[in-house]
Amino acid sequence: MAEVKLFRTWSSPFALRIVWALKLKDVPYDTIFEDLANKSSLLLQFNPVHKKVPVLVHNGKSVAESFVILEYIEETWKHNPLLPEDPYDRATARFWAKFGEEKVLLSIWEAFNSEGKEQEECIVKAKENLKYLEEELKGKKFFGGERIGFADIALGWLADYEGVFEEVASMKLIAEDEFPLLSEWKRTFADAPIIKENWPPRDKLVIKFQAIREASLLKKLGN
Amino acid sequence: MADEVVLLDLYVSMYGMRVRLALAEKGVKYEYKEEDLRTKSQLLLQMNPVHKKIPVLIHNGKPICESLIIVQYIDEVWKDKAPLLPSDPYQRAQARFWADFIDKKLYDAGKKICTTKGEEQEAGKKEFIEILKVLEGELGDKPYFMGERFGFLDIALITFYSWFHAYETLGNFSIEAECPKLISWAKRCMQKESVSKSLADPKKVYEFLVVMYGL
Repeated sequence: MAEVKLFRTWSSPFALRIVWALKLKDVPYDTIFEDLANKSSLLLQFNPVHKKVPVLVHNGKSVAESFVILEYIEETWKHNPLLPEDPYDRATARFWAKFGEEKVLLSIWEAFNSEGKEQEECIVKAKENLKYLEEELKGKKFFGGERIGFADIALGWLADYEGVFEEVASMKLIAEDEFPLLSEWKRTFADAPIIKENWPPRDKLVIKFQAIREASLLKKLGN
Repeated sequence: MADEVVLLDLYVSMYGMRVRLALAEKGVKYEYKEEDLRTKSQLLLQMNPVHKKIPVLIHNGKPICESLIIVQYIDEVWKDKAPLLPSDPYQRAQARFWADFIDKKLYDAGKKICTTKGEEQEAGKKEFIEILKVLEGELGDKPYFMGERFGFLDIALITFYSWFHAYETLGNFSIEAECPKLISWAKRCMQKESVSKSLADPKKVYEFLVVMYGL
């Protein structure tokens, strides 16, 4: 019998992608919760290069980096595919996942960790990136089309965590009038079966990210 | 209907070289268009409006961007010849993991070597060698990264080899002295025609960097 373990934290949006993928494909697995301030020797053994979560261990062999894990899951458990069959559509899904990670997430995180004029400038940049996502959603229910796909899973943090970032950092990024399609996608995705059952507790997230923001701002003042 | 394949690229770009290499491995004929990054063509801006960067592969009029995404696309479309990724999902995951590692670390470390001096440059060199040593460890005693056959991960890394001469000259150090097995692997790859004809001339890379960074 196949043995699947997932190393994660309760709050990591990256690990949550793997939870979604495994559950959407109905793959049974065990969870090992990590305390990143006190990493287990198993985690360090299974991800010696980055020492991060998520890590998937399948039959004793480890895979790290959430997008790499998603592709592995897709290729190992082929039912309920997350990627389309057509190579061009697959490349498109991968492109938006990468864009989400390297541009959207980074720019929103920068806005989250700043205030005042600096935050305003970060917000402008973040919205420029979000506009591309808005454009991409034209005529589609999900980034993957009619069904949740690879790009939706990669961008899924926008449907919940992003709202937490907005609240904690007192900023508005995804307004209904400016981003109607993205706003609708957020609601649809957040409320989709499997997805809606697995969001971490929001109040705990707010507390956690409040602490992160305070620490970042303090660090900036110190410089 | 014949395939129409166009590549928007920059001769010295190690990312562009990856695509050239993948196309060469598959024996795909294509039209090469060199971009001038100071005055980007309308075609580039139209085909990659999000990043406005090369490489962009245009296949029958449709653009594919981001070098490793393009290489995977090429592998999936021209699947009957020279498979670039192994067939086993775990092996594929390893290839993707290390390619991602290269993309996250190597370029920035190299850039430090080119654009800084003194302590900062020394730190850049140290970082760069550390990254190569990790990769050298991954290679082990295998002829290529995934085993007996040249593939995806070799493609991801070998194109940086054309920049080694520039890094060594600007950083005043020898990569071969630190990572002899990796250089051995690189020379083995260079013996393949697809590699030697896809990689830029290291001297031209050096000249390009001197101009770009005003060195």
